[in-house]
Amino acid sequence: MSTHTLSVLVENVPGVLARVAGLFSRRGFNIESLAVGPTENSEVSRMTIVVAVEELPLEQVTKQLNKLVNVIKIVELEPGTSVQRELLLVKVRADATVRSQVLETVQLFRAKVVDVSPEALTIEATGTGDKLSALLRMLEPYGVREIVQSGMVAVGRGPRSITASTPR
Amino acid sequence: MTSATSRSETKPGGTPAAASPAQLGNRPKPAPPAGTPVRVTGAQSLVRSLEAMNVEVVFGIPGGTILPAYDPLLDSTKVRHVLVRHEQGAGHAATGYAQATGKVGVCMATSGPGATNLVTPLADANMDSVPVVAITGQQSRPLIGTDAFQEADICGITMPVTKHNFLVTDPVDIPRVIAEAFHLASTGRPGPVLVDIPKDVLQENTSFSWPPEMRLPGYRPTLRPHGKQVREAARLVAEARRPVLYVGGGVIKAQASEQLKQLAELTGIPVVTTLMARGSFPDSHPQHLGMPGMHGSVAAVAAMQRADLLVALGARFDDRVTGQLSSFAPEAKIVHADIDPAEISKNRKADVPIVGDCAEIITELIDAVKAETDRLGEPDLAPWWTQIDAWRQTFPAGYEWPEDGTLSPQYVIERIGQLVGPDAVYTAGVGQHQMWAAQFIKYENPRTWLNSGGLGTMGYAVPAAMGAKFGVPDKQVWAIDGDGCFQMTNQELATCAIEGAPIKVAVINNGNLGMVRQWQNLFYAERYSNTDLGTHKHRIPDFTLLAEALGCAGLRCETKDEVDEVIRRAMEINDRPVVIDFVVGKDAQVWPMVAAGTGNDEIMAARGIRPLFDDDEVSQ
Repeated sequence: MSTHTLSVLVENVPGVLARVAGLFSRRGFNIESLAVGPTENSEVSRMTIVVAVEELPLEQVTKQLNKLVNVIKIVELEPGTSVQRELLLVKVRADATVRSQVLETVQLFRAKVVDVSPEALTIEATGTGDKLSALLRMLEPYGVREIVQSGMVAVGRGPRSITASTPR
Repeated sequence: MTSATSRSETKPGGTPAAASPAQLGNRPKPAPPAGTPVRVTGAQSLVRSLEAMNVEVVFGIPGGTILPAYDPLLDSTKVRHVLVRHEQGAGHAATGYAQATGKVGVCMATSGPGATNLVTPLADANMDSVPVVAITGQQSRPLIGTDAFQEADICGITMPVTKHNFLVTDPVDIPRVIAEAFHLASTGRPGPVLVDIPKDVLQENTSFSWPPEMRLPGYRPTLRPHGKQVREAARLVAEARRPVLYVGGGVIKAQASEQLKQLAELTGIPVVTTLMARGSFPDSHPQHLGMPGMHGSVAAVAAMQRADLLVALGARFDDRVTGQLSSFAPEAKIVHADIDPAEISKNRKADVPIVGDCAEIITELIDAVKAETDRLGEPDLAPWWTQIDAWRQTFPAGYEWPEDGTLSPQYVIERIGQLVGPDAVYTAGVGQHQMWAAQFIKYENPRTWLNSGGLGTMGYAVPAAMGAKFGVPDKQVWAIDGDGCFQMTNQELATCAIEGAPIKVAVINNGNLGMVRQWQNLFYAERYSNTDLGTHKHRIPDFTLLAEALGCAGLRCETKDEVDEVIRRAMEINDRPVVIDFVVGKDAQVWPMVAAGTGNDEIMAARGIRPLFDDDEVSQ
């Protein structure tokens, strides 16, 4: 199994997320992560879907997705030619005795502190999944109280836009 | 004429007064809708949209939330509403109408249970790619999501079993959504589309103008095949020595029968037609090997297993055709032509995929094959035909008379086919009778064999026959049904009697759920758990009395001598539907058979007879 990142442009209409999610579940495809948001065109939303499948099932995934009437375009983004990011918010136990050590780790990972209390820090970090896992590993010893992480978003490198030719 | 007046003019005996489907075409046509917007209610907009789409018949049942739509429907001189007895009947009738005519079938139901009763026929139409538009009422917008009376999230429920569905939230969208629904249902790979309209949207004032502008940015079916792919396919055709044309229902949907015949005759390649494609290529044609698959002919199954090239046209390598996929047609290269790219290489990897409309693909393939054979010469298929003819001669389609002297169901079905002929339309339920009707009735024309292939919906035959009769009123329509299937949907015979659809129903009554019983016989040590319906033992129900009660003629036939006579009598009765109770033996089985999960090489021509393929290899 290998993971693939699909950028899916969909019509911004009610029910479209249910259609995509339902398709994945009924066809037995696993979603590793899914992120949805607006695009520069208010009538189009963009989903970034990470799936773990082999080459041939991936072809089925994209073909079945393409059959959904609300799906406008699908592009697979390769890790080497795209920028891929996830957002992590993590609440770490950090009283006065360890706070400076935690802050050092935050700086090493170019993360930032977004909330402070006497016993804990809330840290915001963006990056690839690997980088965020590494950060979490470093924070683990201090006591991770709470984690929330977004799905991956990704965009191709270079000047070209996958939304530019969106029919409308 | 509207359904309301047609009902009032119907005599108590069930004889239709003036509502015969034959007269549908004679009604005065209203002026075409103007392009300038007019003020209407949402309901009026809906009915005008249906009129603009040239809908001639809608099958449905009114109820609370769809009530507003039924009011303007009463005044429509163009759209006839057929009041069915159960929404499932409406859905299958729309499917039967669509399959018999090639037009979009339309059904209508109210919210909640009315809508959920449409789920089975929608799933059925989805599996068999039938263009159907279902219109359902929905609770008023402020009540949606509150578990209101007769509320069901029918868009959510039908999402996996429709090509697409819509919830209309603004009455001004109605013409556009109806136009899009018909466009989606009938183009590309056809399929069912559901339009859910809240009651207050139907009641609200709005404007109507036609034609609306469709907005489907994500919907662009590929119709024209890629020329390079077609040339590549032609090269494989020219090189093959053991080719088979594997023809599926897509050829009928693309109206490509004529092109298929040209291609077959040009190349001399043997043809097999799947359950969904019966009639797409004449059964009388010498190149036709019959149906492939679990209950296919030995010649068709064997030819595919030994082929070096399968040219799949509008077929989808269904498990009932391929058997165990890993041992299916092991030596064959695959050319797979289909309008749905997702079908290609879904089950079996295609060597040459061709996406497009089958009529266009076959037309281009004919030219490309001509060019190839000009270059390479005609391939010699004589050894291949020698082998195929040997299979055909050794294992012809046939059946044995039951040893207990009971009436043979295969004989009944065969005689219906012979006496009624290939110009009629045949529908079937699901089970043994369906397979026998596919095997023993000879089909010569497309759209004459309607059945539930993909979903396998018992109860399909009667309502589908009703829908077909409204679509092709001048043709005889015969439902070949089983006693199990018949008891699921026979209430639509009341609809047929009252609304004037004189169909014929041949109930192949073996007193049992025959196909299940066959599997219990073969695979469950003859332990017949819950398959005896009692229709023999107790004669409950008595199908002739039931038929009479539903306004039909009820006939019965129990011996071979009576078969021809009773069929002829049924053909003479045209003022009401006819039901014939053919009381047949319960032990007849469907053969040949490839047991589920086994490879097609394991085909049994009859019980205990396995054609030994290894002994008669084609020498190449």
